[in-house]
Amino acid sequence: MSIFTNALSIAWKDLYSEWKTRQVLTTMIIFAGLVIVVCSFAFDPTNNTTKAVIPGAIWIIIVFSGILGLNRSFVSEQKNDNMHALLTAPLDAASIYLGKFLANFIMLLIVEIVAIPFLFLLFDFREMGSFPYFILVLFIGSFGFVAIGTFLAALAANSRSSEMLLPIMLFPLVSPILIGAVQATKIILTNIDKLPNAISWIQLIGGYNVIFFVLCVLLFEYVLEV
Amino acid sequence: MIQTKQLIKRVGDKVILRGVNLSIKEGQTVAILGPNGAGKSTILKVIATLIKPSSGEVLINNKEIKKHALEVKSLIGYLPHASLLYDHFTPLENLILFGKLYGVKDVEKRAKELIEKVGLSFFLHEPVKSFSRGMIQRVAIARAIVHEPRIILLDEPHTGLDQQAIVILNKVILEMKAQGTTTVMVTHDFKQAAEICDRIIIVKNGKIVDDFMLENNNLDLVFDKYALLTEGVV
Ligand SMILES: Nc1ncnc2c1ncn2[C@@H]1O[C@H](COP(=O)(O)OP(=O)(O)OP(=O)(O)O)[C@@H](O)[C@H]1O
Ligand SMILES: [Mg+2]
Repeated sequence: MSIFTNALSIAWKDLYSEWKTRQVLTTMIIFAGLVIVVCSFAFDPTNNTTKAVIPGAIWIIIVFSGILGLNRSFVSEQKNDNMHALLTAPLDAASIYLGKFLANFIMLLIVEIVAIPFLFLLFDFREMGSFPYFILVLFIGSFGFVAIGTFLAALAANSRSSEMLLPIMLFPLVSPILIGAVQATKIILTNIDKLPNAISWIQLIGGYNVIFFVLCVLLFEYVLEV
Repeated sequence: MIQTKQLIKRVGDKVILRGVNLSIKEGQTVAILGPNGAGKSTILKVIATLIKPSSGEVLINNKEIKKHALEVKSLIGYLPHASLLYDHFTPLENLILFGKLYGVKDVEKRAKELIEKVGLSFFLHEPVKSFSRGMIQRVAIARAIVHEPRIILLDEPHTGLDQQAIVILNKVILEMKAQGTTTVMVTHDFKQAAEICDRIIIVKNGKIVDDFMLENNNLDLVFDKYALLTEGVV
């Protein structure tokens, strides 16, 4: 049980610290806003065919602003050797991972809640196939992305070029999730007749998530080892 | 209480610790002295489970520290060079956070007591990032002992402290000693070492070169032995 209470303490610590400084979340949201505005310049929002851009834009926002957040997640623990405080405290490695994961996940969800309605507004997107499925695919795709991302961010944080290392390591591991998520989002938003296809994509992501989440929890101990 | 067996630490082809054998009894206060770069901080880091030795083992209460990591960690309070505090948090928030992670009961009360003890009651709600070095060190000390550890590992705890804070720190260490807490303190401040500690260990070049008991706070003895052993070392 203490694994979860400790994880909550760590997640709360990250979110509260973010609430006080608002550095990372602001950067993520500004970035998302820029992507949306540039997309609306590049693709004429009044033209119906450009609706096809929306699923791509959503996942571009999630991936890139997500990476901005993940990069800070462990690097921020280096300032006063804070990581050493966590490592000398009686914590399971799993609770550090879960706490960090939760904080990153919640931050990414906040960005999505702010950015996606803005995107829909600018592109004048009103009718989607299925709102519950849309939420589901966002949730499950972001979950896997952050689960793997948090693990790799910890791995990269010990390196001097962590900002570069993280995206390079992340890309191959999360591409199955991204491919599935983009496909499923496309179907759910614009082509709801093919819903069964979207569901199989979601199932694929779900299975992938479970495997990698368990692996990350179990292997995190070795990432922290110096 | 603390036992190290043939600790060796290598980084690349550099040898930092060359076979450190230590045996510290419960309730002892031990000062580790030695020139810069001798490996003193490294010894503390190994005992605090922060770094793994290349070979050798550390036993705490006769338990191997890696195998009983959680149990051992909750016994230890570690104060390194860095403060380990979260800059944006107030002293109170820092202590409550770490108190929770260490499973301290009635954590808010304990945190407030400690802050009062280190003389920062007026700064309870100011973020640590606005503090001076000495004030930060005071909070860092409080953080290290928030869970009433049985063992405290202090790395140059007196640096940056004013006279009043030095008195406070020494009092805290002696109080904890009276309750049977074991203290290992790395320091360059012989006066403080002689005042608090009953055993002195001198480390040079990754090895223990002297280890003696100290009676009547005999400062001169420490100076003499140290000068003798580190002669010719710059
Ligand atoms: N991560 C590391 N990589 C390489 N060398 C290291 C590392 N950490 C410490 N050292 C080396 O190990 C030696 C001992 O370091 P340590 O910090 O234990 O010294 P110290 O006795 O605490 O010195 P000081 O009195 O200056 O605090 C030094 O020569 C240092 O350069
Ligand atoms: Mg040192």
